[in-house]
Amino acid sequence: MENFTHLIAKACPIDVANLNTDQILPARYLKWPRSAGIGKVLFQDLRFDSEGREQPDFPLNRPAWRDAKIVVGGRNFGCGSSREAAVYALYDYGIRCVIAPSYGDIFSGNAIQNGLLTAIVSEEDAEALTAALEAVPDQPVTVDLEQQTVLCGNKIYPFTIDPVRRMRLLNGWDDIALTQSYRDQIAAFKSADRTRRPWATPSIPVT
Amino acid sequence: MSELLTLFDKLWTAHEIARRDDGDALLWVDRHYVHEGSFHAFSRLKERSVSVVEPCLTFGVADHYVPTRGPRHTIANPEIARMVRQVEENTAEHHIQLFGLDDPRQGIVHVVGPEQGLTLPGLLIVCGDSHTSTHGALGAYAFGIGASEVAHVLMTQTIWQKKPKRMRVTVDGKVAPVITAKDIVLAIIAHIGADGATGCAIEFAGSAIRDLSMDGRLTLCNMSIEAGARCGMVAPDETTFSYLRGRPYAPRGADFERAVEAWSKLSTDPDATFDLETILDGAHIAPTVTWGTSPEDALPINAHVPDPAREPDEDRARYLRGALEYMGIAPGQKLTDVEIDRVFIGSCTNSRIEDLRAAAAVLAGRTSKVPGLVSAGSSPIKRQAEQEGLDRIFRDAGLEWGESGCSMCVGINGDLVASGERCASTTNRNFRGRQGPGARTHLMSPAMVAAAAVTGRLADVRPLMAGRKV
Repeated sequence: MENFTHLIAKACPIDVANLNTDQILPARYLKWPRSAGIGKVLFQDLRFDSEGREQPDFPLNRPAWRDAKIVVGGRNFGCGSSREAAVYALYDYGIRCVIAPSYGDIFSGNAIQNGLLTAIVSEEDAEALTAALEAVPDQPVTVDLEQQTVLCGNKIYPFTIDPVRRMRLLNGWDDIALTQSYRDQIAAFKSADRTRRPWATPSIPVT
Repeated sequence: MSELLTLFDKLWTAHEIARRDDGDALLWVDRHYVHEGSFHAFSRLKERSVSVVEPCLTFGVADHYVPTRGPRHTIANPEIARMVRQVEENTAEHHIQLFGLDDPRQGIVHVVGPEQGLTLPGLLIVCGDSHTSTHGALGAYAFGIGASEVAHVLMTQTIWQKKPKRMRVTVDGKVAPVITAKDIVLAIIAHIGADGATGCAIEFAGSAIRDLSMDGRLTLCNMSIEAGARCGMVAPDETTFSYLRGRPYAPRGADFERAVEAWSKLSTDPDATFDLETILDGAHIAPTVTWGTSPEDALPINAHVPDPAREPDEDRARYLRGALEYMGIAPGQKLTDVEIDRVFIGSCTNSRIEDLRAAAAVLAGRTSKVPGLVSAGSSPIKRQAEQEGLDRIFRDAGLEWGESGCSMCVGINGDLVASGERCASTTNRNFRGRQGPGARTHLMSPAMVAAAAVTGRLADVRPLMAGRKV
C-alpha cells in the first residue's frame, strides 16, 4: 500500500449528506475485477444519465474539478454497503483524500486499507471549504497528514483521524504483516478458547 | 465489586487476543461467511500463495447473484454465471463448506447462518456484507467488513478493531397488533438518523424488543447498519435458545445445555452504563414506510411527506427537493395517495417464514393490483412455505413465487425494478438506483407490502387485517 504524507491538488465539493456506496459505485459494477478499470464508473449514475451522457451539473464533471484528487463531502459519506470496490473506484479515478464531517464505518475502514485518507472536519468547516471551492474552483488545496491540516486559500482547517489509522497511512503499513507477528498469541488464544468456549466450534451436522 | 459490563463489553473481552497501546485490539473470529462478492479477497490469497487458515470456521453461500426465476443452473448472463462459479471454485479450493446452488440448504447468507445454527450467541461473526449485523439478533457480535479485511480473516482468523461506543436503544411498552420489527426499526432510524449510531455497537432492549420472535429480532438487527451502527444485538434468552435447539450446526444434547448455561450470562449487568441511550415508546409506533432516498426518511403511513417550502434549514430543504423529485412525489403529498407499480417481498431483512406468513395473511383471497415477486430467504423456508400453502396464496394473488437469493434488494442477479417504477419493498435500502437505475423504493414490512399490492398504493394494513388472524 502506498503511504500518504501530504497532497497538493484540486478539491471537488460534493455537498450531499449520506452519499452511500451505491452512489459511489453502482452494484452492477461489482462483478468487475479491479483491473477492468473501475475508476471509469465512479459515481456512474450521478456523472452520466441513462444514455451515457455527462451530467454537466455534477461537480466532478465541471472542468475545474475533473482532475481533482480530493473530494469534500457531506456527513455520513460512504454509508451503506460494505463494497470495498467503492474505494477502488475513488482511488483508481485518482482521488487520494476525502474530507467530510463523518463517514460510514465500513467505508472509512476500507479506505485506510487502500491508502485513501478520510479526514474528518467539523460541519462548519466542511461548509466553509465547499463555499471557498465554489468561489475559486481551481485553487490548489494542501492536505498535510503529519500536521492534520487542510490549507485552502489562506485558511487552515484542522482535521481529525484515528491515530492508529494516521500512523498506518503515513507509513503505508499492511495489516497482515503486523498480524503475523502476533502468531504465538493467536495460537495461545485459540487453544485456551477451545476449553473456555467449547460450544463455539460448529458441530458436525447429523445427516 | 467487579466492573459492571454491558453485553457488548462481555463479547468484546471474550475475543480479545491482544491490545496495542494505541487501543486497537486483535480479535478472534468464530465464524466467517463468504459469498460471490468475496472474490477480491480470494484473489489476494492467490497473489500471496497462501491458504485459508481455518476453513472449518468459514462457510460459503451463493446468494447475491443466483437466479430466482427459471432454471437455476442455466444462467444466461455469462458475467453472472462466472460470479456463481467463482464462489464454487474458491470454496472448493480452500475446503470451505459451500451452501451453493445445488444445496437444499442454500439461501441468503444472513438467513442461512442462523437457520443452520452456525450463528450462535457469544460468537464473533464477520462477512463481507454490511447486513452481517443481522446475526446480532442471537446475541452475537457480528459486523460487515470490506474485501481487505475478508482477506485478513481468511489468512489469520482474526481482525483488528477499535472498540465501538456502546449504545442502548430501548423500546418499552407493547406494540399494537400488526406492528412488526420492521416498523420498529424504521421508527428507530427515523428517530436517530442514518448516522445516529455511527461508531456504535447497539444493544436493543426493552419489553417491545423482548417480545419479538427470533425472526423479528433478525429483521431489527439487520437494519442496525442503516442507522450507521457497527453492529446491533439482542441479549440471548429463552426465545433464542428454543430457536437454536436442534439446528444442524448448533451444539447437541448435554453440550447444548452447557452452552445455554454460558449463553445465559450474556446480558448487560444491571446498572452498567452506555455511552449513548435512546428510548422509544412501542405503543406509539405505527405502520411505517419510507418516502425518500435514505432509510431515515421514514414516516407513519397516515402522514404526509415533507414540504421543502416549509423547511427553514436551506440544506435540508435542498435535500427534500432532491429526494422528492427522484421519488416522483409532490411536496406535502399524503403517503396513502402514492400509487405503486410493483412489489417485492424478500431479502435478508424480511424473507423468513413469519414474514411470508404475515404477507400471506393480508393477501389470502385477494388479488394484487400490481406485479410482484416473492423470494423466500432460503430454500428450506421456501419448502416450508409451500407445505403451509403460502405459495398458493401468493400465486393466486398474481405474484411470482421465486427461489431464494438477494434478488431485487440489490438487483445484481438481474431482478431489477425498471427506471421510474415505484416498488413497495421489504428490503433495507431505498437508496437512489438501489433496485436498478432510476428505480424508486419504498421500504416497509411484509404485511404493508401486501397491503400496497392489494390497493395499488401505499396503504395502512390495519383495516385490511380487520377480522383476520394476525
